[in-house]
Amino acid sequence: MRYLLNGHSLNLVPELCNGCCRCEEVCPHGVFSLVQRKAEIVNRDGCMECGACRMNCATNAISVISGVGCAQLVINSMRRKNGAGVPCECK
Amino acid sequence: MNQGRCECGDKPQGDSTQATEQSARVTGTLNTTITWRDVLGGWGVRWGFRRMRYLIAPGLYRIGQPDSNSPVLVTANYKLTVDAVRRSLIGLNVWMLVLDTKGVNVWCAAGKGTFGTKELVRRIEVTNLANFVQHRRLVLPQLGAVGVAAHDVKNATGFFVHYGPVRAADISAYLAAGMRATPAMRRVTFDWKDRLTVAPMEIAGAFKPTLIIIATLALVDIIRHHRVTSHLAIDVAPFLAAVLTGGLLVPLLLPWLPSRSFALKGAVTGLLLAALLLLFLPMRIAEGAGTILLVLAITTYMAMVFTGATTFTSLAGVRVEVRWALPLILVSAGAGAILRVAGVLI
Ligand code: SF4
Ligand code: SF4
Repeated sequence: MRYLLNGHSLNLVPELCNGCCRCEEVCPHGVFSLVQRKAEIVNRDGCMECGACRMNCATNAISVISGVGCAQLVINSMRRKNGAGVPCECK
Repeated sequence: MNQGRCECGDKPQGDSTQATEQSARVTGTLNTTITWRDVLGGWGVRWGFRRMRYLIAPGLYRIGQPDSNSPVLVTANYKLTVDAVRRSLIGLNVWMLVLDTKGVNVWCAAGKGTFGTKELVRRIEVTNLANFVQHRRLVLPQLGAVGVAAHDVKNATGFFVHYGPVRAADISAYLAAGMRATPAMRRVTFDWKDRLTVAPMEIAGAFKPTLIIIATLALVDIIRHHRVTSHLAIDVAPFLAAVLTGGLLVPLLLPWLPSRSFALKGAVTGLLLAALLLLFLPMRIAEGAGTILLVLAITTYMAMVFTGATTFTSLAGVRVEVRWALPLILVSAGAGAILRVAGVLI
């Protein structure tokens, strides 16, 4: 299944990549693949922008604007003036 | 697909333990049998009962009889998560390091950062994990990677993080294969069983609004007839149907409903329901229009909120969707409520 705007903010700077494979390991949607010891984005449309790859890339080769894709959370933070730090009630 | 995967080293690091033997203590032993109590409790939690108390104490646990070479699995302290993990470990001897995620599952806790680098490093230190095992390897659930930076954990504690499979059911196969996950183990899926598992929570979430609707309809009934009539059941039916449609039918039919937008999926399903209602429930014009607008608002809203339960929706996409759909939903609900009540009273 695919969703709106998936993978829009995902960016990879190949020059910084050291081929550690972490991005391929952590991505639950198979977005990255290592080709000749360099990461490549092979399935951008599958990216839900969770941020796991950026979090685990020691060389900062990956950037992505991440967050939880949950409408309830978005609505809750809209209801407060300064959106940040709204707790989500889900488990 | 797996070739070129690097086997990064986990050289045992001799005396990296500063902690004293005495302070090292195992929190407890967990067995791998799931009892009927666990099953019933699990159902209760999914339907929203006693959710807050469904956690277990953080710490280091034994499963079977682990020794200093046994693998260390890391997980959240939500009881259903722990249950899923221990059930998959029948016959194995492993350590289980349970992090304090305030009783929240791995995926949600990692998103919030409670299943994160800081808590992991702290828990490794508090439990003196380094005293219990010779190796310096941890197995984390892959979905925990959102909150954990493996290289920071390595720097802070000397432990090398292996991300295990997404699903607890694959853990023993992963361990048996020497901590290697097949590509399939690494993918999140969202099949009908997964969708069915999360549906109860969506419906439970609609409990209060549904009560309010029923109360309002009962009130209207009383104003008109000075008592609650049997017609109330027919009045209530469309709204119960809408809640079931938004909370159960939309999740089940998710892949086959048109559009990538959840709100649109909900609206389409709501329209189908509306057509059925008009066909089978005779209503006057204002009453019918009001009911349909309310039904549409309910199914669209519930479908949109279902984004939170899935594993493939991005924040950017959800923001777009909320921005255009929420005003429409509110207007539709407001107009619907006025028409529905006025249509009967006037
Ligand atoms: S995690 Fe970063 S450095 Fe490692 S392979 Fe991916 S992009 Fe390259
Ligand atoms: S943000 Fe998440 S889904 Fe997107 S590429 Fe990174 S790990 Fe994969």
